[in-house]
Amino acid sequence: MVVETKQDVRSMVQEITAPWKGKHGGVIPVLQETQKKVGYLSREAMEVVSEELGVPLAELYGVATFYAQFHLKPRGRHIIRVCRGTACHVRGSGKIMDKIMSMLKVKENGTTDDLRFTLEPVACLGCCGLAPVVMIDDDTHGRLTDDEAALQKFLDQYA
Amino acid sequence: MALYRAHVLICHGTGCASGGAPKVLEAFKEELAKKGLEKEILVIATGCHGMCEFGPIVVVYPEGTFYSQVKPSDVAEIVEEHLYKGRIVTRLLYKEPLSAQKVCHYKDIPFYGKQHRIVLSNCGYINPDNIDEYISRDGYQALGKCLVEMTPAAVIDEMKKSGLRGRGGGGFPTGMKWGFCAASPGDKKYVICNADEGDPGAFMDRSILEGDPHAVIEGMMIGGYAMGADEGYIYCRAEYPLAIKRLQTAIKNATEYGLLGEDILGTGFNFTLHIKEGAGAFVCGEETALMASIEGQRGMPRARPPFPAVKGLWGKPTNINNVETWANVPRIIVQGAECFAAMGTEKSKGTKVFALTGKVKNTGLVEVPMGITIREIVFEIGGGIIGDKKFKAVQIGGPSGGCLVDEHLDLAVDYESLTAAGAIMGSGGLVVLDEGNCMVDTAKFFLEFTQRESCGKCVPCREGTKKMLDILTRITEGKGVPEDIDRLLYLGNQIKDASLCALGGTAPNPVLTTLKYFRHEYEAHIFDKKCPAGVCQSLLRYSINTEKCIGCTKCARNCPVSCISGKVKEPHVIDQDKCIKCGACMDNCPVGAVVKG
Ligand SMILES: Cc1cc2nc3c(=O)[nH]c(=O)nc-3n(C[C@H](O)[C@H](O)[C@H](O)COP(=O)(O)O)c2cc1C
Ligand code: SF4
Ligand code: SF4
Ligand code: FES
Ligand code: FES
Repeated sequence: MVVETKQDVRSMVQEITAPWKGKHGGVIPVLQETQKKVGYLSREAMEVVSEELGVPLAELYGVATFYAQFHLKPRGRHIIRVCRGTACHVRGSGKIMDKIMSMLKVKENGTTDDLRFTLEPVACLGCCGLAPVVMIDDDTHGRLTDDEAALQKFLDQYA
Repeated sequence: MALYRAHVLICHGTGCASGGAPKVLEAFKEELAKKGLEKEILVIATGCHGMCEFGPIVVVYPEGTFYSQVKPSDVAEIVEEHLYKGRIVTRLLYKEPLSAQKVCHYKDIPFYGKQHRIVLSNCGYINPDNIDEYISRDGYQALGKCLVEMTPAAVIDEMKKSGLRGRGGGGFPTGMKWGFCAASPGDKKYVICNADEGDPGAFMDRSILEGDPHAVIEGMMIGGYAMGADEGYIYCRAEYPLAIKRLQTAIKNATEYGLLGEDILGTGFNFTLHIKEGAGAFVCGEETALMASIEGQRGMPRARPPFPAVKGLWGKPTNINNVETWANVPRIIVQGAECFAAMGTEKSKGTKVFALTGKVKNTGLVEVPMGITIREIVFEIGGGIIGDKKFKAVQIGGPSGGCLVDEHLDLAVDYESLTAAGAIMGSGGLVVLDEGNCMVDTAKFFLEFTQRESCGKCVPCREGTKKMLDILTRITEGKGVPEDIDRLLYLGNQIKDASLCALGGTAPNPVLTTLKYFRHEYEAHIFDKKCPAGVCQSLLRYSINTEKCIGCTKCARNCPVSCISGKVKEPHVIDQDKCIKCGACMDNCPVGAVVKG
């Protein structure tokens, strides 16, 4: 996931765009793949996508800023998604969000200085039966409380 | 196929998987191997049973014994007692909240008693990654019947006769929609499955995709045949990684079996299917925005007409249906339109899956016949309100819907009755609220959601929802003014009428219905500066009852802003100016001396 040089980015993005050249509908899958590989949508990466797909940079920027999934700034190694869907709201996910914010000293959608965590709210993760739910990377954790010691233990699993 | 004397079904839906189901499965395999039972007993990973709160769930057949909250450490006992000696492990049976009795069998659980599982009939019974299991339960039979015995027109006729209506929210008759697309001139057409499931609190589409992906695929192929489309897209939320994985496997297996691809079943019918991952925008659930998103643009709705049936994806005739709608299709073809139309009310046929959440004892996915009452859903299937508190309302249809109250408990649920009451069927989110929920806060919660998700293309929705939210925020902070109620009504009705798409067109519903049924709560916030349910932080006041306080200092030590003073063994006091109303003192007081109000 860590990309060192400009050349790396270029060849990596070219690899991603190759199957989409001359086809329609490639913009979003290419940006998704690029973000997955590079970590975020850096200026260099976007420039290469633009060149390779023949889509103006402004248009790519328009697409990237429309969708919540895309990020133009570097993000943490681990993404914490606190569910703010209905079931979780009714069962106190707001308090959990507040607690994690104060523990990590970040705001919603913020990243910790050491680039360890990025904290995001998300609408329903689809396991409302376990509300309140927090997802870290691809792991779903349910039935959480705002107990600080328990949350700390839980965050400690992610270095 | 080898014969087994027992099957152990372990739920691998998202709920149970996060509760440790994969480890339970490992433990079963290990234990069975240790006892040499692996040739007699088959372990299967299934989709969701809808009772995720009690997961991980393990069902043992042929008896249908239903074990809940199974941990890896329980497995040895189940294997030893149940599978080896034939004695049920009572300790792990599901406890029914109404009677507090342990229930042994799946079929005896009241949560399932009133349900009628058609769309969900395979969820929790079969291994979704195994196409043979789907086929063994009549899978792909409907496709065969359509391709071999029925003309495309006959398929559309059958859909019309069934009375199936779109489950994605609008409730448009499916057969009629297919008819439009079929009649639309063009040699290239598309079918799309809308799996963007944006309603925060609904997860039926996810469970169907995770538990029975082939049903959706088969439905889409039948639609493709009926309308003359040879290509399909499934647009699925990226937040559903497991659903996407299961779909990928299902498509791969169906292609290997010759059920997808070219010349399917030797009939000359071709069909290919792609998965598109959404990128996190609620508005992309709207059909024209969804197509823009597949094309790689910003996902903004456009005016209709032209409808997708005329000018859809890449300008070609296109038909979009919801996951649950597609999953109904094969069942209708196999069982016949009459059988389907026999269920439900005059204008709403079949079943609907609801995601029952909030303050009920049994939360989960429930599939019920149209026409069931809210009372049956909340009090019989849901088992009533947690802690036997007083029922206050149900919010139905998510952020586009509205609330229903006591007087609606005996309302027969269908598309028309809900709309008449000011709510909508929507995607089927059903949140139960009790006396501890503040209706102004609830309305604000939904409006925050729609406001954030407004795409910004049209002014009434972009600016109007923001203004409404400002007013609601002000009211919950105790800064509301008397004119605010009229302003909310005025704005709400304007936004409903003037917005381009249904996001704006329905966004005011939660506010308008709570104003209709709970106007007094708004008034209490505005005039008395009180939140009757004790939810709105700014209107709360924490104080210490000096008679009860034993001076243990616990509250003072836990207060994050150190605004509680008092000597050891003497009554403590809270400095109201500094208090941030976090509630820590109340949570920590051993004698309940802290009061809120
Ligand atoms: C803001 C907005 C969000 C929507 N979200 C969804 C959704 O998540 N899933 C869905 O199936 N339909 C959604 N719809 C409805 C679709 O536009 C469309 O009516 C539906 O997919 C048609 O399928 P059906 O006839 O099977 O219901 C949404 C509509 C709007 C206006
Ligand atoms: S109503 Fe809202 S979401 Fe729909 S087009 Fe207008 S601004 Fe966009
Ligand atoms: S509510 Fe919180 S801030 Fe206020 S007195 Fe209690 S502990 Fe302190
Ligand atoms: S509301 Fe949080 S998982 Fe559904
Ligand atoms: S995920 Fe297991 S019951 Fe829903």
